[in-house]
Order: sequence, then structure tokens, then C-alpha cells
Amino acid sequence: MKKSLFLSVAAIVGFTAGVAAAGTLDDTMARGHVKCGVSTGSPGFSGVDDSGKNVGFDVDYCRALAAAIFNDPMAVKFTPLSSSVRFTALASGEVDILARNTTWTYSRDTDLKQTFLGVTYYDGQGFMVKTALGVSSTLELDGATICIQVGTTTELNLADYFKANGMSYEPLPTSDNSESKQQYLAGACDAYTTDASALHGTRINMEVPGDHMVLPEIVSKEPLGPLVRHGDDQWADIGRWVLNALVIAEEKGITAGNIDSFADTKDAEIHRLLGTGDDDMMAMMGMPKAGMYNAIKHVGNYGEIFERNLGASSGINIERGVNNSWTNGGILYSPPFR
Amino acid sequence: MSSVKVPVEKFRLGMLLGDTRYRSTTVQVIAFIIFVTVAFWLVDNTIKNLALLGKDVDFSYLWMRAGYDINQRLIPYTNDSTHGRAALVGILNTLLVAFIGCIIATVLGVFVGILRLSKNWIVAKLMSVYIEGFRNIPVLLWIVMIFALLTEFTPAPKAFRGADPEASMVLFQSIAITNRGAYFPSPVWGDGSMYLLIIFVISLVAILFFRRYARNLQEETGKSLPKFWISLGIFFIPTIVLYFILGSPVTLEYPYLKGFNFKDGIYVRNSFIALTLALSLYTSAFIAEIVRSGILAISKGQTEAASSLGLRPGRIMNLIILPQALRVIVPPMISNYLNLTKNSSLAIAVGYMDVRGTLGGITLNQTGRELESMLLLMGFYLCVSLIVSAIINYFNRSFQIKGL
Repeated sequence: MKKSLFLSVAAIVGFTAGVAAAGTLDDTMARGHVKCGVSTGSPGFSGVDDSGKNVGFDVDYCRALAAAIFNDPMAVKFTPLSSSVRFTALASGEVDILARNTTWTYSRDTDLKQTFLGVTYYDGQGFMVKTALGVSSTLELDGATICIQVGTTTELNLADYFKANGMSYEPLPTSDNSESKQQYLAGACDAYTTDASALHGTRINMEVPGDHMVLPEIVSKEPLGPLVRHGDDQWADIGRWVLNALVIAEEKGITAGNIDSFADTKDAEIHRLLGTGDDDMMAMMGMPKAGMYNAIKHVGNYGEIFERNLGASSGINIERGVNNSWTNGGILYSPPFR
Repeated sequence: MSSVKVPVEKFRLGMLLGDTRYRSTTVQVIAFIIFVTVAFWLVDNTIKNLALLGKDVDFSYLWMRAGYDINQRLIPYTNDSTHGRAALVGILNTLLVAFIGCIIATVLGVFVGILRLSKNWIVAKLMSVYIEGFRNIPVLLWIVMIFALLTEFTPAPKAFRGADPEASMVLFQSIAITNRGAYFPSPVWGDGSMYLLIIFVISLVAILFFRRYARNLQEETGKSLPKFWISLGIFFIPTIVLYFILGSPVTLEYPYLKGFNFKDGIYVRNSFIALTLALSLYTSAFIAEIVRSGILAISKGQTEAASSLGLRPGRIMNLIILPQALRVIVPPMISNYLNLTKNSSLAIAVGYMDVRGTLGGITLNQTGRELESMLLLMGFYLCVSLIVSAIINYFNRSFQIKGL
């Protein structure tokens, strides 16, 4: 019995783990689309619009990557992943890149053998409560029941924060955002905690958003970014520099609309970035020369993506805050494209 | 036989297949070689691929700090405890659900199974509806539905607040039923409660002795004592008398509303109630059918013979039918108890922190040790199942007809 037990596990892993560790770009090109893992539904970050099209901040990053490789932002196959299966899906090759509001942490980077490509959104953990509760600070939540998604860093932050402040709480674990929301609305928990961006997105989709408030305290650093598995540096470079290109484009004022007007600019870095000069920088990564041009042309720069999915025009209305270019008082700063 | 001379035939290779004496051994040896080859290939492939992904098999994470909190703990646990201890908390939570679930399922199942055979048409039909309803709908749906009902249709703790609250505690203001769970009064063990416990244990032993005495008396003289009532008396009276002599050493601590939640008392979470209730109701439907089939397996002549001796229907069931039916009932019960135990891993649907939720959920997620955690989980469920079937098989032997 013991033996057959081990064998069945071995069988599962044995059959699924046979992915090549290198050559993700070649595989992707041969396949004709990017395999991108996104969240199962986080307003503003990943969702499906009325026409059934995937939309969101994380979704747009994958579309930019697809545009850079194929000159087609639709050449992406999106796989919705829950927070508990996301790393397994990436490690087993079910997806090649994970853009799923995932916090960049030391142990995920090292022990889980992932490579984080950068930060798309500087987030922090917050708390949402009903205004009727009469609470104005997280420090007043001593003894409260708190809804929390299992398998996330928020779970650990919550434990640390309450301990540091000498408070107690009762965790109510849920499997995803929609279940947390349902429990919270039914009053089974007093507060709902997750990344502040997701809280804002959830709040705006409530029947009466004014009945709920996000408390001012941010209790953790949650740098969210895309990641790939260890072992294919070329693929990691491509993902990292597509993200950097979107940030540089905003810094230089290049948008989807005006990109063609930079064809005869005097700025050499723009020529290198867009592939409009003599140097074929993209060849260093094995990519088409106009890759970054296509990405920005189809999807827009970082600022446009932010505005479309999270800013005022999306209804979620999150301030740019630190998620602004360093030239505008934020902390988004890309290494030079040289 | 000995008079017939068996010709000593020299062994030839072709006989391995052609001769029925050797054929089955040959087939088995070949099958075994194939099995071992495939097994070796699978294990080898797994190890190679894990190494390719840069993953090793390592259980040391069980001794590292867990860092997360668990709401229902039967043993002391904080977020400074280890992942191993978190797994243990989960294991105990699983066993708690399985244990209580099995008891409720058995009681309900026997009850429903007998009632389904009732001559009362309405009762029999109602029980049929109960059985078909519960066993033909997936248990996960029952778990989620009961949880949703408990959450949506019970008052939040804050409804108990104020001079004229919307909700109030039931049963002499002792039990608070909220949408987060039920709060019961908890006993406080004061001075002298130790003596109370000792007397109680002595009463239990006394009941055992009394029953043996009564049985012997009946076998020797035919005189039947009212066993049930006397046992009940021994069970309660000495302990209660001592309780008042010692001046009520055990008191009850009532839950009260403080801050966001009730404090003190015993807190039974909705997730636990929903899971236990759904699993017991679901499993009881299967048990009811087993009980019914067991009773129907006993020939009608037994009932008729018993009534002709003048026994009342209740006694016929208890003394004649059920003891014989147990032989048919007990073996399939094992698989139902095992199913209930294994189905308890659906706890994650309502956020109940069983071993699947701690070791196979949060720990697995935070450490990324999927293979190790899954192996441990499978090992745990396997051990529990084997132990449960060993125990019930032991009882089963005592029910079977001896010497057959």
C-alpha cells in the first residue's frame, strides 16, 4: 500500500513535470501564443468584459508581451489561476508567465525557484470595513473577525501586524475574492483584508460603495509584479524589458497615439527602444526589431495602461501615488535602454 | 493415487507457457517485471524532472515557523509555532469532525433506516425522501448550502447589542447563535471538582458491574431487573448528590458580548457546524439504507416466532432482529465511516481548518512544498483509514456467528 501510494504521486509529477527548462521563446513562437496566468477575478487587474474579452492591468501586460513577440496583442491564452495553484501552474509549464498580482518576496524568489521581472504595481495591505461599524483605524480592530484569502502573503502580514500591536483577531479563511466579499457582506466578518488596490476595486463594485470604507493604514509592502520560473534567462529578460519599455515610454511621453511621430526624433534612446534606428537592440534577446514599438503601439505606455484599468476612467479611481514615473514624483524607474 | 505411477517429465522451457501448472506463475512473474519497470521509470522520471526544476524533496520545512494563525485549535498554537504543529492542529480538527460526524451519522442512520420500514405510510415515505434527497446530491453542495444558510439567516453579533437588541440569546440567555457560530456556556472547574470526577468514574464502573449482575441473575433465575432505569439512577444520583454536598464546585461561564465578538464560553464555529452536519446527514442516508437492508435480510419468521412468544415489537427489534442484522450491517459501515473521514477534506470550501486546510493548504502555499505536503496528507488519510477499519473489523468479529 505504501508503495502504490508513493507511485501514484510520482505518476502525477512524472507526467506533468516533463517541461523543457529552456527555450520558452522558441516554444512560444512555434505555438503562436503566450501562455499567461492571471487571477480568477480582481477588479481592475484581471477580469472579463461584457463581450467576453479579458481586460485588466495584469492582462494588458501580457498583451504587451504578446504584441512585442507577435505584433498581435490578442495572441495570448489566459489561464485564470487561484492564489493557491498559481506557482504550481507556472512551475509545471501550464503557463509561461504569471501576471497575477503576486507579491515579490524573498522566499518566493529563492525557495520557490521563481524569477520576478520587476514591479508593475507598488501595493500594500489594507482593511475594508462597513462605515456603520464606526471604526476609523485598524488599531481599533482588536478582537475582530477578519476575512482573509488563504495562501497569500496577506495572511502572514495580518498575523505579524496584530501581534506587533498587541491585538487579537479571529481569521475567517476564504478561497477567493468573491467568497471573501460574500462573507464580509453577510457580516460573518467585521473587516476584509487584502491588497489595497483590490479593496478599492471590490468596493467600487459594491451595491452602495459609500457604505464601505478602506481604512487609512497600509500594514505591509506588497510589490506586485510578473514572474517566470527559474532556468530560462532569455525569457525572463524579455518579460523584464517589455515592462521596462512601458515605463520608459511613459517617461519619454510616447503613447499609442503619438508613437509614429517619434520616427525622426533626436533622442537616440527612443530609436533604440522603438527599433527605428540602425541598431537592432532586440536581436540581443532574439526578438523582432520592432518588438517594443508594437507593444506600445497596441497596448500603450505604463501610464495609459494604468489609467485605462485602474484610474479615473475605469471607475476604480486609484491615485497614481508612488506608482508614477520618477520624473513625476513616483518610484517607477527603469534602467536605461542601452 | 499412489498406485498410479506419475511419469517424471523433464522440464522444458516451452512448458512455462504450455503447461497449466507453470503458466500462472509465468504470467505473474512477467506482470511483476513490467510493474517494477514502470514504477522505476515513474520514480526516476519524477526525480530527474524535480531536479531539472531545481526542486529537492525536503521535509525540514515542518520545523520552521509557520507564521499564520488558525482559528480553531484543540492544542495550543500561535503563529510562532512550526508548520509541523500547524499540521497537527489540522489533523486534530479533521479527527474531531470525523469522530463527531460518525456518531451523528450512525444514530441518525439507524433511526431513519428503521423508520423507513415503518408500517406508517407517511413516516416511511418521509424517510424515503430524506434518504434519496441526501444521498443523491453531492455532499459539497450540502456543505456549502448549510454554511450559507447559517451565515445568511442568523444575526450578526452586533444585533445582540443595546438596550433593546434585535436578537437575544436562547435557552435562559445561555447560548448565543450568531452568523459566525454558536457560543455555549463553558464549565469552570473549581475546588473539589476532582472528587466529582472520581465519583462519576466510579459510577460508570458500578453500572458495568450492575449490568453483569443483572444478566447473571436473569440467566440463573429468569428474574429481569429494570436495567435501564437503575443504570440511569447510578449514572446521575451519586454525582449530583456530591455536587451539592461540595457546594457546587463546577460553575458555568456564560458567553457575553465584548467588542466585535462574544467572549468566554465555548465557541463552535459555523464552518465546523456546517461541515459536521452536512457530512453526517449525507452519510446517514447511506447508513440508513445499510440498516434497512440488514433488517430485511433477517427472515420474517424470526419476527413471527418472537411475537408468538409474546414479545412486544420494540423488544423484538432490540433483542431479536438488530443483533442478527448487525452481522450484515457492520462490514459496509466501515466504508461509510471511511468515506465520511475522507470527505471531511472538503472542509476548505467553508474555510474549516482541517489538515487539508493547514498542511495541504496554507503550509503548502507558503512553503511551496507540494510533493512533500501531498505525500504527508496521503499518508495521514491512509493511516486513519487503516486504523478505523482495523478497529471496526475487530468489533465485526465479535458480532459474527462463532465457529463458522
